[in-house]
Amino acid sequence: MPVERLDGVHLGKTPEEIEDEIERGVLLTSLDRAVGWARKQSMWPATFGLACCAIEMMSTGAGKYDLSRWGMELFRASPRQADLMIVAGRVSQKMAPVLRRIYDQMPEPRWVISMGVCASAGGMFTNYAIVQGVDTIVPVDVYVPGCPPKPEMLMHGILTLQEKVRTTEPFK
Amino acid sequence: MRQETMIINMGPQHPSTHGVLRLLLELDGETVITCKPIIGYLHTGIEKNTEYRTWMQGVTYVTRADYLSPFFNELGYCLAVEKLLGVEAPPRAQVIRVLMNELNRISSHLVWLATAGLELGAVSVMLYGFREREILMDVFEEVTGLRMNHAYIRIGGVIMDVPDIGITKMRAFLDEMPSRIDDYERILNDNPIWLERNVGVGVLGADRALELGVTGPVLRAAGVPADLRKDMPYCGYETYDFDVITRTEGDAYARYRIRLDEMRESMKIIAQCLERLEDPGPVMIEDPKIAWPAKLSVGPDGIGNDPAYLHHIMEESMEALIHHFKMVTQGVQVPPGEVYQAVESPRGELGFYVVSNGEHRPYRVKIRDPSFVNLQATPDMVEGALIADAIAAIASIDPVMGGTDR
Amino acid sequence: MAERLRARFPDTIEARGEVTVLVDRDDLLDSLAWLRDDDELSFGFLSSLTATDWPGTDPRFWVVYDLRSIEHDHRARVKVGLAEGDAHVTSVTDMFPTANWHEREVFDFYGIVFDGHPDLTRILLPEGWEGHPLLKTEELGGVNTRYHGAFIPPVDTRTAT
Repeated sequence: MPVERLDGVHLGKTPEEIEDEIERGVLLTSLDRAVGWARKQSMWPATFGLACCAIEMMSTGAGKYDLSRWGMELFRASPRQADLMIVAGRVSQKMAPVLRRIYDQMPEPRWVISMGVCASAGGMFTNYAIVQGVDTIVPVDVYVPGCPPKPEMLMHGILTLQEKVRTTEPFK
Repeated sequence: MRQETMIINMGPQHPSTHGVLRLLLELDGETVITCKPIIGYLHTGIEKNTEYRTWMQGVTYVTRADYLSPFFNELGYCLAVEKLLGVEAPPRAQVIRVLMNELNRISSHLVWLATAGLELGAVSVMLYGFREREILMDVFEEVTGLRMNHAYIRIGGVIMDVPDIGITKMRAFLDEMPSRIDDYERILNDNPIWLERNVGVGVLGADRALELGVTGPVLRAAGVPADLRKDMPYCGYETYDFDVITRTEGDAYARYRIRLDEMRESMKIIAQCLERLEDPGPVMIEDPKIAWPAKLSVGPDGIGNDPAYLHHIMEESMEALIHHFKMVTQGVQVPPGEVYQAVESPRGELGFYVVSNGEHRPYRVKIRDPSFVNLQATPDMVEGALIADAIAAIASIDPVMGGTDR
Repeated sequence: MAERLRARFPDTIEARGEVTVLVDRDDLLDSLAWLRDDDELSFGFLSSLTATDWPGTDPRFWVVYDLRSIEHDHRARVKVGLAEGDAHVTSVTDMFPTANWHEREVFDFYGIVFDGHPDLTRILLPEGWEGHPLLKTEELGGVNTRYHGAFIPPVDTRTAT
């Protein structure tokens, strides 16, 4: 078992203690860390493609960038099965209530990535039609800048979120 | 036996609606009785925003309308403004415009193939479509610096010349792509599932299509050879050798075949463009009252301002600095008037109705987007058919909601 | 073509290679039918329908019909002026079914009423929206959104949630 790669899991203080524990077949860790580690590895995003960013989000999931390398290729059509919402694109006033309803349908724990500058702050569309930042409707965990962000930037946002999920204490 | 019908709501957030389209369907069992598309979930206020920005900044707004055909939006807008100004871009710029447009047509059709495949359950086709699109995204990034929303075509020309690496990558693409299109045809043309789901689905006849204002592949699939590149040529399209593809069936399968064949025609045009690009020349109009003042060059950090030009305006010439400042903050002064300029986008007639009242910003920019108009044909295609066929019919229209709602 | 149009419409303007015909509101349907049925013109395809707003002038609104002839590959524009306070015009949906959504859009953006339209409701903006955003008298909007009483503060003054 690759001991070093189980980040977040307490294995004892010295290499000898670790060896001992592994021989006993027991791993000691805090429940917080174990849950955080498990959650990080099994995220199911809900598709919330809206505009240009949605196309880049699809590119990220497709062959070249291959999001499944981080176990996240399983885009769910139903919010009931998802725990991550990637808001990809500009959110109009007409879409805002729909977005909130879909967020409310997602089971806890849930996270939101705001992809692109329009979702994050309205971007260049400072006008009557666009919600000036999706964080006025739902809480956002990670903002990804760019218009649209390149797939690499979305991946970086996702990895940042995974780090946040891993270090969040779930029982508070 | 219950006889009443059922009304179901599909979208705006639904995996098979091709963007944030919402459909109200009245069903009798599995048969669609009435269908009402509801749009506006991506209304962005682009037309209003352009009225508050300079003519040059308008390019950055319109390019984000139909985000799968950014070069067409830029071209239509710039041609309209150039018509108002009474100027024409230099020949090399026109060739580059045609080149980028045709590359864009292929990438747009590839996204159509990918998403339509996804909606009909052909996931491998989706992966193939995006795989080939990535090659084109690479080309666009080399040429414009961006993968999408380029703002590359500007009033009076294009912002910078095509770099050699871009040409090399385009040639590689031209060598590679024909075999890939053959692959798609081998997978789909005689595939029993693909035929079952597309042949005879979403039929729209020529007369009804014209009444509804439908253009593009959907109209050509009904047998009308309407293509603005041939009918009302712009950017010198009349000097290129290519064919307008038509079929007569008017169903989803005909639209699929037309899009694949159009990719081949586009590649013919691209090859001719690359030949013409061998003669150097300016890519931006000479007139200093119209041309963008800054010169760009590729520095160690990618794209940047030309150091020699910066030295000129910052150290040598006060007049040049004032001119630069005026052009960047106020931009072009456009004489009063109104024009309508249309280009043939991957989805049909993309028109720009632009009005100037003589100021340094547009008075009105109306985008006549083909997705907006073509979607009106949905009830005609869907009503009376099975609900599963509705998905295929909508996918075959290839609506892009960014363009529909603007 | 302009000569032929001028015979029927004295107010024909030719500029930048485009032809514009100004018609009276009551004459709109007849004019469009004539343009469509004339053999040399055959403007049977309505490309675009929109409006412009010129506050302080008379007429305040211009409704603009961009026509295309698929047979002859030419274009013409028909414009109808509408006065403020009396901004309604006959719907052309019977002649051009494509005008359905275009007219709804103009109604949505400018509040111009199309008489005889089968379903003149908002199309792009949500139901319950107040005002018509593309009027020149309306502000661009942005930070202070009016829909459903929402108030959205400017980005730099927002606190993190």
